Amino acid sequence: MGDLQAKTIHELADLLASGNCGAAEITSDVLAAVDARNDGLNAYIALDAEQALADARSADDARAKGDTRPFLGIPIAVKDVLNIKGQTCTCASAILKGYRSPYDATCIANLRRAGFHFVGRLNMDEFAMGGSTENSIYGPARNPRNSEYVTGGSSGGSAAAVAGEIAVAAIGSDTGGSIRQPASFCGCVGLKPTYGRVSRYGLVAFASSLDQVGPLTRDVIDAAILLEHLSGHDPMDSTSIDQPVPEFGADASTSLKGMRLGMPKEYFVDGMDPDVAKAVRDAVDVCAYLGAEIVDVSLPHTEYAIAVYYIIATAEASSNLARFDGVRYGSRISGDDPIELYGKTRLAGFGNEVKRRIILGTYVLSSGYYDAYYLRAQKVRTLLRRDFEGAFGRCDAIVAPVAPSAAFKIGEKVNNPLQMYLGDLLTVPANLAGIPGISVPCGLTGEGLPIGLQILGPDFGEQAILKVAHAYEQTNG
Amino acid sequence: MNNEKSENEGAMDVDHMAHLARMYLDPEQVAEFKNQLGEVLRYVEKLQELDLTGIEPTAHAIPVENVLRSDEVRPCLDHDAALDNAPSSFQGEFEVPSIID
Repeated sequence: MGDLQAKTIHELADLLASGNCGAAEITSDVLAAVDARNDGLNAYIALDAEQALADARSADDARAKGDTRPFLGIPIAVKDVLNIKGQTCTCASAILKGYRSPYDATCIANLRRAGFHFVGRLNMDEFAMGGSTENSIYGPARNPRNSEYVTGGSSGGSAAAVAGEIAVAAIGSDTGGSIRQPASFCGCVGLKPTYGRVSRYGLVAFASSLDQVGPLTRDVIDAAILLEHLSGHDPMDSTSIDQPVPEFGADASTSLKGMRLGMPKEYFVDGMDPDVAKAVRDAVDVCAYLGAEIVDVSLPHTEYAIAVYYIIATAEASSNLARFDGVRYGSRISGDDPIELYGKTRLAGFGNEVKRRIILGTYVLSSGYYDAYYLRAQKVRTLLRRDFEGAFGRCDAIVAPVAPSAAFKIGEKVNNPLQMYLGDLLTVPANLAGIPGISVPCGLTGEGLPIGLQILGPDFGEQAILKVAHAYEQTNG
Repeated sequence: MNNEKSENEGAMDVDHMAHLARMYLDPEQVAEFKNQLGEVLRYVEKLQELDLTGIEPTAHAIPVENVLRSDEVRPCLDHDAALDNAPSSFQGEFEVPSIID
């Protein structure tokens, strides 16, 4: 058939159900597209061609025998931060070179149960630390719109594969914007679920109180489908929430009548790219046209979010990454004693950004500094969460930009970590508060680079943000 | 051990932090991180502006109670599978350089 990989999950489900295509054809098209275009995007860092084709053939056999699961035989690509049994999982780090996952992450097992299978693993910033996918031992991923520009990050390979149409859909992880920001930079949909909605078991931990797995897709319906099948309570993750999983795709109406959308003035910051501000305001006008009432809301502690985030995230990272010591898995540089072994292994195994964050995280947790940095940041985190609680008393969802600018050039910010961190201002608050957020394409800059509309909802408010995103997409797309 | 406390705000004893993190660093990295992280620390000083009297810390955004399970033996990762990724193993155990002579 050709180019089946450029279709959405729900389109492919229809084709499969009506017998107009087979799973093996879809996977073959994905593999051919990867073969033709991945060198230009550097999105995939590992491909499981044989396994994916075998899984697709089994799916076709099962369907022929009466298996009616709608997504049976649809291939998905996965950020290299999730364990897929028997496959490598490197987190784009030298320290995990050659590591093979001994088990499936729970969300991966959930997708398998729904009939999905996996074609390969996608590029990312090392251990999900970064906003550009430049911190990867495999080299930077490249923006499908313009290969001189970054994809955003850390799930940059996921966004590039989906927007560049070499994956049907992808899974990423979002600790401070790592799904929403690359989705915005590359021009696809990216959803960060409520903290606890998707199990973190089998997700390599960066900052455990912030990390959440979610989908990157070509449209909002696909995001809803994947969210539904990623989600669910998991006894293996004690932060997983024991709540029934709603049918996220159920509401197809495009009317926003009766909904209140809040615009936070703090998210339209000084120095924002005027093209971004205009595209987002225009998108909000579309929502108003669809019947939503637009109200002003205030999130007064937003200006403190970056400081809070880079204290809490690095503190948790310094603790989580202690496990990479060359003893139980990963690469090892030998030493005369264990201390030397750890020191040399970690020197050789981690890239600069990861080292920088381990050092900062160690510092903010160290004796004499804990109260001034870590405890203080946790208290301001309370204020950030209260900001959202107040705002959601006045509206059903918040509409805002994803980032103050569109994608920047590869290499432009690599030597200035603080500047890179400040670009996360509009995405980290949702992680600190635990709330869900989605990025939907809402236009292009004068240079032709994608812009994203961010929609944030209250805890477990995915249905509300999907409804707004879907209505906007149907009207504008 | 507490010499870093007396240092000026914004100046970090990177060598000491690297020691605490059991991670060797190249001398150039130490100098670079000292600069870059000094800048980050000066930025995060903005948290000092806030009066946080009476504010409880948030460690976890979504409220969950202590999660317990019954203390039963359940299947877990197979012994050989657990050793498969080890850089070095010996007689079914992870092998490391000797700690005591």
